[in-house]
Amino acid sequence: MIGFQYSRASNVADAVRQMTASPGAKFVAGGTNLVDLMKMDVEKPARLIDVSRLPLDKVEEIAGGGLRIGALVRNTDLAYHPHVERRYPVLSSALLAGASQQLRNMASVGGNLLQRTRCAYFYDIATPCNKREPGSGCSAIGGVNRMNAILGTSDACIAVHPSDMCVALAVLEAKVRVTGPRGEREIPFVDFHRLPGDTPQRDTNLGADELITAVELPPRGFSANYTYLKIRDRLSYAFALVSVAVGIELDGGNIREARFALGGVAHKPWRKAEAEAALRGKVPGEAAFAQAADLVLRDAKSFGHNTFKIDLARRTIVRALSQAAWGTPQSQSSKKIA
Amino acid sequence: MISNDENSDGMARPYAHPSRREIIVGAVTGSFAMGMPPDAAGQSQGSRGSAASEISVNLTVNGTHHALALDPRTSLLDALRDHLNLTGTKKGCDHGQCGACTVLIDGRRVVSCLTLAVMTDGKSITTIEGLAKNGTLHPLQQAFIDHDAFQCGYCTPGQICSAAGLIAEGKAKTAEQIRELMSGNICRCGAYTNIVAAIQQAMGQS
Repeated sequence: MIGFQYSRASNVADAVRQMTASPGAKFVAGGTNLVDLMKMDVEKPARLIDVSRLPLDKVEEIAGGGLRIGALVRNTDLAYHPHVERRYPVLSSALLAGASQQLRNMASVGGNLLQRTRCAYFYDIATPCNKREPGSGCSAIGGVNRMNAILGTSDACIAVHPSDMCVALAVLEAKVRVTGPRGEREIPFVDFHRLPGDTPQRDTNLGADELITAVELPPRGFSANYTYLKIRDRLSYAFALVSVAVGIELDGGNIREARFALGGVAHKPWRKAEAEAALRGKVPGEAAFAQAADLVLRDAKSFGHNTFKIDLARRTIVRALSQAAWGTPQSQSSKKIA
Repeated sequence: MISNDENSDGMARPYAHPSRREIIVGAVTGSFAMGMPPDAAGQSQGSRGSAASEISVNLTVNGTHHALALDPRTSLLDALRDHLNLTGTKKGCDHGQCGACTVLIDGRRVVSCLTLAVMTDGKSITTIEGLAKNGTLHPLQQAFIDHDAFQCGYCTPGQICSAAGLIAEGKAKTAEQIRELMSGNICRCGAYTNIVAAIQQAMGQS
């Protein structure tokens, strides 16, 4: 690990001030991803600004019926929070599908949003990687790319975003609250993460000098018809090959509103408005679900080792939409897929 | 050099013979590592200009207060093992993937390899060495013996600390739930069946 200076932020304004004064610094909270990347010399911050003691660890109801989640709320505390379990169970489920209990005890909500890809070439500093070293090339294209993306890729990068939590937040249409030198702003979730394009080194639209302070959930939580279905190489403690978060509202026998997002397949949680629109007014069932899956995967492109992900994604979408529609969400402790 | 770590595997040691580590540490110290600070071998390379200055860190480990001066790069795992000589906590992968380094911070289980020691200033740490009370094994330690819940034993301190955290969380009731919530602790000997049985026994007693 390369040496770094360490300082603690005394409040949000101080954190932003320290960051502005120290280009090349990084905020650290849980550290579960950043410290690991520093050990690998992938991240080499000149300074770590410790924000872990800032008072951003509350989950509060907000006017209009939503929920404000402080950026430092630990993943376990959020997963087991009574409001989240009851009103936003897809979020609770996605959180419990990710990592291990030790890591969830450490990991913050803000840090989860900022996880870097787990692409093996990003971690291996002996290989070219445009995300780690812009302009050096992509080793995954033409390399071992079994875990890599099938949607939204570019010639520069086929990395995937590793978060489970973010897939649920995409379905819930959360907003990310951030503070920077120019004050506060709010970023809709769909605009928070970026596609790689020709700047894969930028994962998000967060400014280098901005601090995430909270994630806000709108009132609609899909608590009756939801699921988070994660398909992976091991039944626990493994990154997704494909995951699908779903929220459905039924009206009589028909679908009034359906949202679904995919994890493990793109540089950001993947939603397709056209596929969701196609479900509106339909009778829930395999025919409608398969059509929605096809609308998403029409744009899929694979790279050899990950070709299986297209079929796997199609089947996972159909299964997840069925689980949500029938009110039989995936359990994260029993691994049987209903 | 005699280690003051009398209980490095967290199990009762009836005879006062030197541990394997004491012999190894003694041999190394006597031959070629004399005077080398604990972190020098692992951390001298790649420093950015002048060496990062040490930062004072106050830790309460198993009820005992320690004032340390640490390079900010020092993980909690290395602080425990190399600075406090509490070698019961094991370094497995050092990347948060195996759980061998699991300890409790303020009662919650975490991986100490991805925890920077400077960030734990003022916190209370419990390691495997802190679980036995007044010479009596913690119910989990006894249960692991009763159920033969290990073979090589390297993952065992992490398994037991993790299980202590699991029981405190109160989220696991069934064997299935125990397996899921213990999935961050890898056992390459494959003692999982007995580990689950041991945890169930200890759960019944708490």
